[in-house]
Amino acid sequence: MTGDDTKHLPLEDIHVAAGARFGAFAGWSMPLTYPAGVMKEHLHTRDHAGLFDISHMKLFRVSGPQAVELLNRACPLDAGALEISRSKLTFFLNEKAGILDDLIVTRLGDSSFMVVANAGNAVADEKHLRALAGDFDVEVEPLERVFLAVQGPDAWAALDRAGIETGSLLFMHGIEPRKDWFMSRSGYTGEDGFEIGLPEADARTLVAKLLQDERVLWIGLAARDSLRLEAGLCLHGQDITPETNPADAALMWAISKDIRATGSFVGADALRAALGRGPGQKRVGLKPEGRQPVRAGAALFDADGNHVGNVTSGGFGPSAGHPVAMGYVATPLSKPGTRIFADVRGTKIPVDISSLPFTPHRYRKG
Amino acid sequence: MPQTYFTADHEWLRVEGGIATVGITDYAQEQLGDLVFVELPEAGKKLSKGDTAVVVESVKAASDVYAPVDGEITEANGTLAADPSLVNSAATGDGWLWKMKLADESQLAGLMDEAAYKAHIG
Repeated sequence: MTGDDTKHLPLEDIHVAAGARFGAFAGWSMPLTYPAGVMKEHLHTRDHAGLFDISHMKLFRVSGPQAVELLNRACPLDAGALEISRSKLTFFLNEKAGILDDLIVTRLGDSSFMVVANAGNAVADEKHLRALAGDFDVEVEPLERVFLAVQGPDAWAALDRAGIETGSLLFMHGIEPRKDWFMSRSGYTGEDGFEIGLPEADARTLVAKLLQDERVLWIGLAARDSLRLEAGLCLHGQDITPETNPADAALMWAISKDIRATGSFVGADALRAALGRGPGQKRVGLKPEGRQPVRAGAALFDADGNHVGNVTSGGFGPSAGHPVAMGYVATPLSKPGTRIFADVRGTKIPVDISSLPFTPHRYRKG
Repeated sequence: MPQTYFTADHEWLRVEGGIATVGITDYAQEQLGDLVFVELPEAGKKLSKGDTAVVVESVKAASDVYAPVDGEITEANGTLAADPSLVNSAATGDGWLWKMKLADESQLAGLMDEAAYKAHIG
């Protein structure tokens, strides 16, 4: 990625003024930390409310008479059974059932859906969706929006003070509260929170209001990563990739039994075959003993020194108070409590398989 | 009177009686962010200039700290095992990393003084 190709957030000037330190992520120049630092930013989000600029992520509107048919083909999803305003985690799979991207799909109306895609995959996702859309009477429209996340136990109250009513919206629901706005109660931290896509001018007004509230702090990408890792949530490109299928990734909960059996989505045959075989490896939580973090890429070994897996994400969990990691291990070793070892610069660090999440989810489900 | 030197890799050395106390600069700790672990060396370990002496780990990443000169480790800062954040709060004081006996004091001539280091970080 050369400097010239780097994309910049529409609100970059606000982040610069807030003292952000920037770094490259998925082709974007992103705020990594603010002056409070990753540790305080992380803990503040769990205690109060964190404000994240996630405009690197892409919103697509999929609408038209055959929107349901397109999504049923593109994703292992029963889009027609999704109630209006209901959101669901789903995937684009390749023909081998490898995960091209993980997405949140929200039904906005009978024949209108919002699709939220990851930054690094947005261009490929649009191409993929448009190629499939050729067979259907449907429109795929990428939206130019600022995309903000407000996460944490005070998120709803901070939005309320800023004039955004959130009361009736429950976890994994999304609505269009104003013209060209999209708001869902969801996030990437394990906390109650909201993601709001809106035009830049509206975003500037909302951000200014939110930052007047002492409960709200800008949070950078570094803390976004430690928050999602503690919450056991996958980062595409690391924990899930085109080489991993939803069965290995322990994400089959996102695909209903009916769809597994009868869905005609891309990758259906390969996924059924994989389910028939049973996963050879499984995504698990990993808790290193002691204080030393175990990072992505570290190899995992059993007590006899056999290579049994790899770490895909790892770092320190500020709320957990210890190092936390995620990775893949051979299925027989995937039971919580199983002791294995990670190679860190030649030293074998004891690691226990741990259930996920490391910090309990606090979603508002009803 | 101890004398303080700096490296282009953002380390400082305080030298007294042939022993250098080594740490990272305030600029370096700010760049790294909150430290959560410091992998310390054993006393007696011999290092050549450029060898990895210590690994400092932030929430996000691990970074090597190199031996700025040749020598032998005489002591590591054991208090960092319990409180690695000392490197953030007192980089040039209680957050020192290790002490080493210099093998060749003439190597110090290749290092920067404070004024030169300040110019280096701009």
